[in-house]
Amino acid sequence: MSAEVVASRHRLRKLHPLPLRIMHWINAVAIFIMIGSGWKIYNDEVIFGWLHFPEFLTIGKWAQHGLQWHFFGMWIFGINGLAYLVYGLATGRFRRMLLPVRWGELVATIKDALSFRLSHDDPTKYNTVQKLLYIGVICAGILMVISGLAIWKPIQFSELLTLFGSFQTARLVHFLSMSAIVGFLVVHIALALLVPQTLVAMLTGGPAIDDKRPTTSSIEARRAS
Amino acid sequence: MTLRTPSRSIFRPKRTVGQDVFKENRLLVEQIDRRKILRGGLSLGALTFLTGCDVSEDAQVQTALRAVSSWNDKVQGAIFRPNHLAPTYTESQVVIPPRYNAHYDVEDVKPVDGASWKLELAGRIEHKKPWSVRDIYALPEQELIIRHICVEGWDYIGQWSGPNLRQFLERIGADTTAKYIAFRCADGYTESLDMPTALHPQTILATKYAREPITDPFGFPIRLRTSTKLGFKNAKWIVSMEVTNDFPETYYGKEGFNWYSGI
Repeated sequence: MSAEVVASRHRLRKLHPLPLRIMHWINAVAIFIMIGSGWKIYNDEVIFGWLHFPEFLTIGKWAQHGLQWHFFGMWIFGINGLAYLVYGLATGRFRRMLLPVRWGELVATIKDALSFRLSHDDPTKYNTVQKLLYIGVICAGILMVISGLAIWKPIQFSELLTLFGSFQTARLVHFLSMSAIVGFLVVHIALALLVPQTLVAMLTGGPAIDDKRPTTSSIEARRAS
Repeated sequence: MTLRTPSRSIFRPKRTVGQDVFKENRLLVEQIDRRKILRGGLSLGALTFLTGCDVSEDAQVQTALRAVSSWNDKVQGAIFRPNHLAPTYTESQVVIPPRYNAHYDVEDVKPVDGASWKLELAGRIEHKKPWSVRDIYALPEQELIIRHICVEGWDYIGQWSGPNLRQFLERIGADTTAKYIAFRCADGYTESLDMPTALHPQTILATKYAREPITDPFGFPIRLRTSTKLGFKNAKWIVSMEVTNDFPETYYGKEGFNWYSGI
């Protein structure tokens, strides 16, 4: 086997493989559309009297535009999200990157963070706080879709609505899932800007990772060398 | 012209900027049209100020978004369960009076004169004789205590009664294999339903609310009430009904709201 073929196989095992990067940026656009248009829809009938989203942060001039964007974005968010879940489970990425979560490590990570000794040396390994944040935001995304379907079709999907109790509870859960995702995004984007190598990795794929399990190509690479 | 050292900051290196780069590229720098940069900068700045509101009303964006909305109509029609009933509630949960909703204020409602009112029938209907209030109110009634859900996000439980629409359509000899039923209202409002929704067991021509004849703000003498659509699809002050295969445009549909708006 030629060295070029081996090298190209190696490229496939980057920290963030190409399909994952594509899904990440599609999701970024989708979540931007969903939050902006969702805030527009929310403003028409607020859940909390003290909370209206500033109009310049919303998407859509009138309520119907917010709805149009939302019911366009839902397809992108839903289909892309489903593809991401299937990919994460099928390739073992979730198991590799997000598990195990050890409580002892969590305490250590928080202590390190508070004393500014948190290491960013190895961007291929997530610390326990990162793991929990990513697991949390994936759960929030799933809850977002389920509560969204319950609000969209409270009669056709009445079985889903019973999960939440009432229409207004489902609406509240939808709102709280959004809040969780926005909270995540604040941390996620701030950290990506503070440690730009993570942002670059999500564009270029990042460093090649050695998963310590010899694959056919790496055995062949050794033979070739 | 020289390259100046930027203002002092604790984060900047102490070294000053070397002038060599500038000297080497003087010609290039002089060629840069300041006006073009200004103009370009302005349009770039304008672009960042373009929030969705401006983009949304753009004709091409509207075409795309409405195409998705039409696709969503089809999806909703496909997932519609014709015999799946919406939950019903007890009389003690009913909100009296119901919550008013229209595209204008309740003070601007123009009451319909029951004595001269007629329900006109058109399209694929065998017996097109207009109906008077007395005739319609004499028909057998069905009562629905169902949740009204508004596109805005609010809801309440209401108690509606009146003739079942499916039975009414059969009585007037309507072609129930047609695609749509279009409604025209006394205030000029237009609305239309897909046939499966019109034939759903919980779709009625409501004449009463909480056992009393409905009052002017809520659609006297008749209004539509279906358990499977958002509030605005339930036309009030109906004056005509047409059974048709041609897609009937609607007041809110033209404004950009989703036509099917099923729940």
